[in-house]
Amino acid sequence: MRKVLFATCLGAIAAFAAGAANANDELNKMSQNPKDWVMPAGDYANTRYSKLNQITAANVGKLQVAWTFSTGVLRGHEGGPLIVGNMMYVHAPFPNTVYALDLSNENKIAWKYEPKQDPNVIPVMCCDTVNRGVAYGDGKIFLHQADTTLVALDAKTGKVAWTVKNGDPAKGATGTSAPLVVKDKVLIGISGGEFGVQCHVTAYDLKTGKQVWRAFSEGPDDQIMVDPEKTTELGKPVGKDSSLKTWQGDQWKIGGGCTWGWMSYDPALNLVYYGSGNPSTWNPKQRPGDNKWSMTIFARNPDTGMAKWVYQMTPHDEWDYDGVNEMILSDQQVGGQARQLLTHFDRNGLGYTLDRATGELLVADKYDPKVNWTSGVDMNKSSPTYGRPKVLDQYSTDKQGEDHNNKGICPAALGSKDEQPAAYSPDTQLFYVPTNHVCMDYEPFKVSYTAGQPYVGATLSMYPPPGESHMGNFIAWDGKTGKIVWSNKELFSVWSGALATAGGVVFYGTLEGYLKAVDAKTGKELYKFKTPSGIIGNVTTYEQGGKQYIAVLSGVGGWAGIGLAAGLTEPTEGLGAVGGYKALSNYTALGGTLTVFALPQ
Amino acid sequence: MRTVWFVAVTIALVTCEGLAFAEQAVDPTAVKSEDGKYLDKEGNPTFKVASNGTIDWYTYSGYRRYHSECHVCHGPDGMGSTYAPALKDTLKTMSYGDFLEAVASGRKNVSTSQNNVMPAFGDNPNVACYMDDLYVYLRARANDAVGRQRPAKHEDKPPAAQQAEDSCMGKR
Repeated sequence: MRKVLFATCLGAIAAFAAGAANANDELNKMSQNPKDWVMPAGDYANTRYSKLNQITAANVGKLQVAWTFSTGVLRGHEGGPLIVGNMMYVHAPFPNTVYALDLSNENKIAWKYEPKQDPNVIPVMCCDTVNRGVAYGDGKIFLHQADTTLVALDAKTGKVAWTVKNGDPAKGATGTSAPLVVKDKVLIGISGGEFGVQCHVTAYDLKTGKQVWRAFSEGPDDQIMVDPEKTTELGKPVGKDSSLKTWQGDQWKIGGGCTWGWMSYDPALNLVYYGSGNPSTWNPKQRPGDNKWSMTIFARNPDTGMAKWVYQMTPHDEWDYDGVNEMILSDQQVGGQARQLLTHFDRNGLGYTLDRATGELLVADKYDPKVNWTSGVDMNKSSPTYGRPKVLDQYSTDKQGEDHNNKGICPAALGSKDEQPAAYSPDTQLFYVPTNHVCMDYEPFKVSYTAGQPYVGATLSMYPPPGESHMGNFIAWDGKTGKIVWSNKELFSVWSGALATAGGVVFYGTLEGYLKAVDAKTGKELYKFKTPSGIIGNVTTYEQGGKQYIAVLSGVGGWAGIGLAAGLTEPTEGLGAVGGYKALSNYTALGGTLTVFALPQ
Repeated sequence: MRTVWFVAVTIALVTCEGLAFAEQAVDPTAVKSEDGKYLDKEGNPTFKVASNGTIDWYTYSGYRRYHSECHVCHGPDGMGSTYAPALKDTLKTMSYGDFLEAVASGRKNVSTSQNNVMPAFGDNPNVACYMDDLYVYLRARANDAVGRQRPAKHEDKPPAAQQAEDSCMGKR
C-alpha cells in the first residue's frame, strides 16, 4: 500500500517534469525512496547509502535476527537482494535460482525461477559460480545467468518475458555480474578474462531484449565505440586506433578486458561508468604494449554507447589488477570548488578521484600503506607520463621476465579490493571500503591459447604482508584528499559490500561469517553476529511495516573461497611474522542463507 | 590439438590395464631415472627429493603448471577449495592412469546438493603437455615430500624435457 501512496505523491511532482515517464524516471524515483532497495548498489550513484535512520549508533547494539531464508545452494553468494515494495528478490549462484519473497505475507515465496543450464559452464567460471544479483525495471527482474543468458522475468509472476544470449561459454564467456537498467535499456557486461574473451558491455532493449549497442574493451574504433576526436583521455582526444596500436598483431581478439563489475549512472550528465578487467594472458611478456583499453574507467553515453572519456589506470598490466571495481559518484567540495566526483578503489591498490564530467584526474593515492609495486601516479599535467603509475623495476613482472619468481608484490592479484563494493555517506563525506591486505609472489611463463580453456600464464602464491597476520582491513577514506581516516583490522579479507546509513552506522560482513556494525565517524565496533557461513555478499537495508531491516547473504566461496578455504601460504619464516594465522575452514562452512536483522519490538 | 588428447587417453588406457591395485597407494620411491624423469618400481612417474632438499625438474615444473592451471579450483598447494577437492588427499589413492583420464576427459558430479564439474583438459596444451609434471608434483604433495612452500631448489631442466615441450606445445 505504501508504494501506491508514495507513487501518488511523486505523481504530483512528476507532472512538472518535462518528457515522457519512461522506466528510467520510474526507477530513479524509486531509488530515492529509502524504504526500497531497487538496484544492486541502492542508487545509480553506487553509494550504498540509505536515508533510513531507525537503527542508530546508539541502539544498533540491540539488533536481533528477525528472520532467515535458505537459498538451498552451497556455492559462494555474492551480491544482495532487491526490495521493491512488498517484494524481495533473492538470487543464488549457479544454478542461478531467483526467489520472490512477499514481505507483507510472512516472507512467503511468491514465485521461484530456476533456469536449466548446461553444467559445463561451471568450470569455465574462473572463481566459483558466483552471481552478483538481479536488476529491476519496467515491472521486470533481469538476471544474467552463468551461461550468459540475460533473462527478463515478470516481477509479479516470475514468468519469462524474453531471453537473449550475451556470449559463448564454449569460448570461456560467462555471466556473473548484475545488470543495470538505464532509461529504456538494460546494460550488462561479461566475464572471461582468464579465458581470452574479447569482453564488452551490451545494451538491450528493456521491452524486447533486442541488442541496441555493444562496446568492446579492445579492438578497432567502431568495435570499442570511441570517437578518435571527441573521446578523451585526461583531456586529450584518444586519436585513431587508440586500442589497436597498443596490441601486437591480432592479440586484442583474445585480449580480455572483461566487464564483470558494477555499473553506475549519472542521469544529469547522461553517462554510465564502469571499468574493464585484466588483459589476457597474465604473462605480460606475451602481450607487449599498453593493451588498451583493458584496466580502464569508461564513461559512455547510454543511448548511443559512445565513450565520452576513458582513463587507463594500469597500462600493460603485470599483476592481474582488474579495473572493474565500482565507480561511486558523489558531489563534494575540492579545493573550495563544488565538483562532480567519481571515486574508484582499484585492485591495483590506488584510490582514484576524478571529475566525472570530464575525466580529469584529481587524486590517486594508496588506500593500503603496504602497496609497493608503484611509487605513485604522475600527477604533473605537462609530463609525458601524466596519469601513469610509476612501476618499480623490482616488482615489474615484465622487466624481470618469464620464468622469474617476483617476490613480495603488494597487493596480491586479488587486489587491495576486489568486487566487494564500498559505500559512501554524504553525512560524513567518507567512503567505507572493504579491503584485502594480501601480498604475493608472481612468476609469469609462456602459455598457448585454446578457445574455452584457461589462458593464465602465471603462477602465484599469496600471503599476508610480511610481519603481519591479518589479511583484511575495513577503512574509512577521504576521497577529496586521498587519506585513510580510520582502519579496522580484520583476520581475513573483507569480501563483503558495505552499507552506510543515516543512522550513523556502517555495516559489513566478514569471511568468518560476522555481520558487523561500526560507528561511521570512528569505526568503533558496535555490534556483531555470526551468520551461518562466511559473508561475501553485500549488506542491504529496507523498511517494511514501519520497521527498518538489515539483510545480508552469507555463503562463503568466490575467489576468497579458493585461497582462503585452504589457508593462504604461511607467512615466510624469519620475517618476524606473528603466528596464529589459521585457515578459514576452521571458522565456517558452506551454505547460502539470507539473514535479516531488526531492532526488538 | 586433437592429437594431444588422443595421446593422453591412450596412455591412460594402457596404464590402467597395467595396474593391479588402483585403490592402493603404490610406493612412490624412485627406483630409476630416464633422462631426468624418475620412475617408481611399476614404471610410473614419481618425484625425487634429494637429501639437501633439491627436487627433480618435473616436480618443480608441476608446481608451476599446477598454480597456473589448476589452483583456481583446487586451491593453492593442492589444498582444495570450497568447490573442488584437495588433490593432496585425492592423490593418496588415485592411480596414475585414473589421474590422466580425469585430467584429459574431465569429471562431472552434479546433483541437487552439488554442482562440481571438472572440464576436459585433453585439448589444452598448457595442461596436456605437462600431465606427468602435474602428477609427480601432486604425488609429492600427497606423500608430504613437498610442503606448502614454493620448492626452493630444483634440478636443471633436462634436455629431454625441453624437447618434449617443444614438440608438444609446438615450438613458438
